[in-house]
Amino acid sequence: MTRLVPFPLVSLSLLGFWLLLNETLSPGHILLGSVVALIGGWGLAALQPPKARPRRLGAIFRLAFLVVVDIVRSNAAVARIIFGPERRERTVGFVEIPLELRNPYGLAALACIITSTPGTLWVDFNEASGILTIHVLDLVDKAEWVDIIKGRYERRLLEIFT
Amino acid sequence: MNAADELSALPAVLTAVFLVGGAAITLIGSLGLLTLRSFYERVHAPTLGTTLGTACIAIASMIYFSALGTRPVLHELLIIVLIITTTPIGLMILVNAALVRDKSESDGAPQRKAKDEHP
Repeated sequence: MTRLVPFPLVSLSLLGFWLLLNETLSPGHILLGSVVALIGGWGLAALQPPKARPRRLGAIFRLAFLVVVDIVRSNAAVARIIFGPERRERTVGFVEIPLELRNPYGLAALACIITSTPGTLWVDFNEASGILTIHVLDLVDKAEWVDIIKGRYERRLLEIFT
Repeated sequence: MNAADELSALPAVLTAVFLVGGAAITLIGSLGLLTLRSFYERVHAPTLGTTLGTACIAIASMIYFSALGTRPVLHELLIIVLIITTTPIGLMILVNAALVRDKSESDGAPQRKAKDEHP
């Protein structure tokens, strides 16, 4: 079982993807999708990814909801900056944040969150020192950004990926 | 023949609101790309289009097609998920390329740095 389907969840999602994209539940497509899902699982096994055990489904949904709210809010904030008066003093800059999060999937999730909230960009993560560098479009207070990333996202991601 | 004629009022209005809203947000992001001053500022602007802009347009599409009953509604969720998970890769590459260039320029030829300052 583990040799044939090394990543059952991934393979199942791939099959779901395939059926969704083809908008069908016909046996032919289920068969074809299963082949794709199996090959995808083997391909992933060849990459030897580290094990992931995301826990606490509730925490994942709470985080997702939080991120959606933040995406809408920061979209509005960036739109205001774009239309805002030029003379308003606005500082742009890099912020360095020491992270405790080391799980690669947690970090990937954090990268998606930071990039998909307009106004902040993931620049670099130093694996040795655990320091994350982000770029902020409207930088008022560096400490505030450290608090936002650490308190709002990292704490929840640490809960999910341990 | 226009399929949109068969759409009842509420889904039609919702579709229009999300479609125009999403397009407007994407347009604002593109304007930002045009008007913001430095590269690091400009690179932020298109993320409006890749997040809320795309999401709104995809939601409009979901409402439209599920109201017409022609196909399942979940299709567009894939677009949102795939775009959100792939944008960081492109942006990281862009920003890191800019950082490398900035560093090499400040080492070698500092006079060229002014080039990026004006709009």
